[in-house]
Amino acid sequence: MFIAVASLTLMGIALGGLLGLAARYLAVEENPLEAELQALLPGSQCGQCGFVGCAQAAAALARNEAAPTLCPPGGRAVAEAIAARLGIRIDLAAVRDDGPQLAFVAEDICTGCCRCSKVCPTDAIIGAAKQIHNVIREACTGCGACVDRCPTEAMGMVPVPVTLPHWIWPRPATV
Amino acid sequence: MRLIERFFKEPRWGVHPDDHKRPAADVPLRVLPQPARVHMPLQQHVGGAARPVVLVGQKVLKGQLLAQSQGNISAPIHASVSGTVTAIAEVTAPHPSGLGFAAITIESDFADRWIDTDPVADPFALAPEEIARRTAAAGVVGLGGATFPAAVKFVLGRRLGVRTLIVNGGECEPYVSSDDRIMRDFPEQVVDGARIIMHAIGADESLVGIEDNKPEAIAAMTRAAAAYPEVKIRPVPARYPMGSDKQLIQTLTGKEVPADARAAEVGVLVHNVSTCAAVHKAIRLGQPLVERIVTINGAAVTAPGNIFAPLGTLVDDLLAFCGLAQAPARLILGGPMMGTLLRHGRVPLVKGASGILAFDAVEAAVPEVGPCIRCGSCTRACPMGLLPLEMAAHIRSGDLDGAIGYSLSDCISCGCCAYVCPSHIPLVQYFSHAKGELSARERAKLRTEAGKRLAEARLARLERDAREKAEVAARRKAERAAAKARVPSPQPEPQEAST
Repeated sequence: MFIAVASLTLMGIALGGLLGLAARYLAVEENPLEAELQALLPGSQCGQCGFVGCAQAAAALARNEAAPTLCPPGGRAVAEAIAARLGIRIDLAAVRDDGPQLAFVAEDICTGCCRCSKVCPTDAIIGAAKQIHNVIREACTGCGACVDRCPTEAMGMVPVPVTLPHWIWPRPATV
Repeated sequence: MRLIERFFKEPRWGVHPDDHKRPAADVPLRVLPQPARVHMPLQQHVGGAARPVVLVGQKVLKGQLLAQSQGNISAPIHASVSGTVTAIAEVTAPHPSGLGFAAITIESDFADRWIDTDPVADPFALAPEEIARRTAAAGVVGLGGATFPAAVKFVLGRRLGVRTLIVNGGECEPYVSSDDRIMRDFPEQVVDGARIIMHAIGADESLVGIEDNKPEAIAAMTRAAAAYPEVKIRPVPARYPMGSDKQLIQTLTGKEVPADARAAEVGVLVHNVSTCAAVHKAIRLGQPLVERIVTINGAAVTAPGNIFAPLGTLVDDLLAFCGLAQAPARLILGGPMMGTLLRHGRVPLVKGASGILAFDAVEAAVPEVGPCIRCGSCTRACPMGLLPLEMAAHIRSGDLDGAIGYSLSDCISCGCCAYVCPSHIPLVQYFSHAKGELSARERAKLRTEAGKRLAEARLARLERDAREKAEVAARRKAERAAAKARVPSPQPEPQEAST
């Protein structure tokens, strides 16, 4: 009886102490959740969520200080993935998702001021000063950061055009 | 033992639809008169689109290179008539979406003048690599419908040490008889092509699998192959989808191609009979692939049959040649089981098009869809041994990952499940939709990754710029300080300002 109580007490103290030491010396500096959330975000650092970049947004999400619906370019898919990772339910109907978008330049209004190309997070806008700018479609992530910057409203967003290899059979109407 | 063998001779997969091949298959081959213009699409094959090498207004001869292949898996496009290039623009693609793709339009001069060709008298003296090179340059792709560049398969087969070439004369699609016709009319071309391919991949034997509902083709091919013991004609039971490579390989050799593996990995390579004939023409005559036999069939056609037509001819021109008894209720490119629905007939004939079907209202009737009664008919019919009802149930509820768990990627879209479904559920459409969604998801992932890389590169560039600016500023400052130190203080100020 005494031996059982003593051995269990000793084991409790020893293992508890070990856990306490591990918590101190093996502590992870950063919340591992942050890295996972950051991987889900588009990573274009466009700043539309109100944070400086995707890393900061992920940190806020991990601290539960931001809603999973914070990422406008990510749309529904990203909101869904974040909510699933955080294990919370969200109302996806509130998320505006116009599908994938691309920036375009109205060439007759563009003055070649270079403001848009400076804010583009993926260097998708080409054009020198006083030359008409243009968007490299393959590089544009559709974040829309350039639209607000344009002083002449020459920048806009259009849905990504459906092309032959990207066409998908519609889902059959269910009975 | 005999009894068991007999019992298992009929494959236990697939369906046996009414084949509707006759009387169209028995009508002698007709040659289409020169069309006034042809549209040669730049993408008639799996892989990268070809890049145009001609200009608008340029005169071209038949067989002249119009567009060269781009990338490892691609095929060049050649002129199918002699004449003048009038446009390089979008035309409607033979695709259910009705979207467009780029094509080179040639206005025919009706002279039908061939470019100078480079025929080879003895292909077996050529190196295998040279045969692959010539086949690639002739733009030969798999004519059974897959349109995979043939030369790429030669190289792959040689590398993997393939010993057996399987020549696919299955042609299991109902209504279509273009392969049947090529075996009846040009068996020596098919056999010669098969022997050239054997030489190119280093195979010892070739098995020609022909469905037993084509006795004339079997007879003609047996006669043509009599002199070559290495080419063996093997009748196979008529069963859909016998023309699918995995099913034909299993029937002829007993080998099963594993999921995610290619046929070459089990030591066989499959080429269609029409592809063999195209290889024969490419090597022996030096002619690129610019013409093909296409079946025009369906109840809306007055005189159904097989037509020898230049590629790029409009479907409407082909239908007009055979005559239309009525406006077709449905137009299909290929066969009724796996073919492509056409929205209209103003689409060009492409390399992979084996048939054009114009159905009347009776043939095109779509029965009303009912709920799944879980009878399991689709499971018995599926040649790949999948559970179509479970996959469709998951896709219906939006659970694509659940469908992947049921091996959606192994589905060959043959349509057996939808054919036997007593509730007429469009099962294949569910699978096509899911496959499209999954590839879109994959593309979105790649795009996001590319975006991240670009964003990181930009941040690195901005940091480097800032650092370089700071370095330059620091250097200037140091220089200025050094200059100040060198110059004695009594010196006048303006001199320093000018440095």
